[in-house]
Amino acid sequence: MKTKNNKSATVAGKLALVCVLMFGFGYLLVPLYDVFCDLTGLRFTEETAQLVPQEFTEDTSRLVTVEFDVTRNNHIPWDIRPANRRMQVHPGKVYTTSYIAKNTSNGVMIGQAIPSVTPIAANRHLIKTECFCFASQTINAGEEVQMPLSFMLNPKLPANVNVVTLSYTFFDITQSASVEDQLNAPTAVALN
Amino acid sequence: MSTVAADDHHDHVESPYSIKRWLFTTNHKDIGTLYLWFSLIMFFIGGFMALIIRTELFEPGMQFVDPQFFNSMTTMHAIIMVFGVVMPAFTGLANWLIPMMVGATDMALPRMNNWSFWILPFAFTMMLSTLFMDGGGPAGGWTLYPPLTLQTGDALPFVILSIHFMGLSSIMGAINVIATVLNMRAPGMTLMKMPLFVWTWLITAYLLIAVMPVLAGGVTMLLTDKFFGTSFFNAAGGGDPVLFQHIFWFFGHPEVYILILPSFGVISSIVPTFARKPLFGYASMVYATGSIAFLSFIVWAHHMFTVGMPLAGQLFFMFATMLIAVPTGVKVFNWIATMWRGAMTFETPMLFALGFIVMFSIGGFSGLMLALAPVDFQYHDTYFVVAHFHYVLVPGSIFAIVASVYYWLPKWCGNMYSEGLGKLHFWLSTIFVNITFFPMHFVGLAGMPRRIPDYALQFSDFNALATIGAFGFGFSQLIFLYVVIKAIRGGEKATSQVWENAEGLEWTLSSPPPYHSFTTPPVIK
Repeated sequence: MKTKNNKSATVAGKLALVCVLMFGFGYLLVPLYDVFCDLTGLRFTEETAQLVPQEFTEDTSRLVTVEFDVTRNNHIPWDIRPANRRMQVHPGKVYTTSYIAKNTSNGVMIGQAIPSVTPIAANRHLIKTECFCFASQTINAGEEVQMPLSFMLNPKLPANVNVVTLSYTFFDITQSASVEDQLNAPTAVALN
Repeated sequence: MSTVAADDHHDHVESPYSIKRWLFTTNHKDIGTLYLWFSLIMFFIGGFMALIIRTELFEPGMQFVDPQFFNSMTTMHAIIMVFGVVMPAFTGLANWLIPMMVGATDMALPRMNNWSFWILPFAFTMMLSTLFMDGGGPAGGWTLYPPLTLQTGDALPFVILSIHFMGLSSIMGAINVIATVLNMRAPGMTLMKMPLFVWTWLITAYLLIAVMPVLAGGVTMLLTDKFFGTSFFNAAGGGDPVLFQHIFWFFGHPEVYILILPSFGVISSIVPTFARKPLFGYASMVYATGSIAFLSFIVWAHHMFTVGMPLAGQLFFMFATMLIAVPTGVKVFNWIATMWRGAMTFETPMLFALGFIVMFSIGGFSGLMLALAPVDFQYHDTYFVVAHFHYVLVPGSIFAIVASVYYWLPKWCGNMYSEGLGKLHFWLSTIFVNITFFPMHFVGLAGMPRRIPDYALQFSDFNALATIGAFGFGFSQLIFLYVVIKAIRGGEKATSQVWENAEGLEWTLSSPPPYHSFTTPPVIK
């Protein structure tokens, strides 16, 4: 009996170790997910932003429509609109446009824009050389700011893509701008 | 086979009415009983929530509950039925049956066994208490997708902690099953001689150990995102909510096999008994179970075809998912071949087993439809999905659990149950379960979204029908409660073998079996 108990304890110990490893694997899925998104070009990454546009030659034979869109996450009290709703662009040439944002609340707010590009095939071919989404934006109460954006389409953009939509979602990160603030902030948010 | 176990341990069995006996018990039969009663109580609580949902959905428009509460009912109903009913019921069956089936005296780790059960009542008390908290219970769906779930009020940390507890409990239960099966088998009981219930549970236990920690990790990330400023799923901080779906379904898909594999074992025990033929294709059943378990790890993204996956991903997950139909088909055909030209009788356990085979297959086929990525865009998040998973879980897992209770209850308590009431229970359950869930296929295909308290007028008739079915099904289960209590309190004495052709070590013990069975190991032929 004694040996059987010892054997069972050994099995239990090994299986508990597997559990700990699988808990770690759950966290390992986070970097794996990023790697997978980078490999498949599913997500805009910093890398594409750092490409040097001079490396490309302008393709004047081709005109692609770029549409600009904006979403306010959780009804962030900012009036945001793109300066141009759409632009006709030649791949390989750098264009500059901007978004205009006004903070309609009574306090200083920090916002973060997260870009998203559709169709997915165009994701890795839209290169931003300058973007307000590279850093958070601080806007005072009632202030209106113009946020510049320079971009270029890679001439390698698949031929069947004629319209590219660049959409920004603005998040209110005033509270979570620093972890300490977040910890001291009230945490319960009513479900609306 | 030599069987009769020494009865000399009875001296320290306390009265069944003493709380201390149940609180401190390390006996596998006691713990199995506790698990099964716990599961039955949670079944009625979760069922009551389902009836609240169906009452609201009886007519279009908002009648009885507010949308927030409705959403927390759908969420709680799912969490309770998955973690509080099906999983504990199978763990209870494992506790009662595995030691008797492999000829062991008890589970390998009896003290841990006690602990793994007694965590559950605390976990579910905590879970249910969230309904009374500021902001209400969790209402973002049992899948807990952020960012919606992160908008839960005070309940969120309690929900996450109780999920941690449930995971801990099932992991300990799984470790116990594996240790018992690997170390406690009677001499001569080789792995390929084990009853299929033991095999399916062994494989289920490995699945539990592999995926419950991943769920624990995922919900911990939710917790740190909400309270400690991390950004795993927060796009503003560089995270991605879709990541949660990948983590959740990496757990979630093996989880659905955790909920169904032990049922396959149950059906593989019951069908041969009442067909009076040995199980057809025993080895292929074992390999099919193993294949299903392996495939369950590489199909998770079929739950999220609509998130914007590359085409190659959709194709991979579509074909891998459809591949699961092969080993599942092997099982269904083996059961049919077992019955082929058998001398069949239709006692209640067999009726439920046959109901399982037919209706689980319907759920399997609608699963195949959902596996097709191009058409899933139409079905995703509609009542068609609700119909699908209720077909595999209610006439699937629940019928298998009920079948096994009818099958082994005379062994457990020594008395036969009332066959007439059992059959009545079966027919009412089967008729009402189909009235409840079959119309959901139609409203789903027509575009009715799931998890909504109100709906468009054209769905009214089928929803009214489903509500009538749900009440019928719910109240039919009271017959089950009555039959079980009646059999425990007395009735016609059961023989040791109970059923004419029942095979396996548990039928060599007296009915009810001695408190400590197989103190001398049985001899296996």
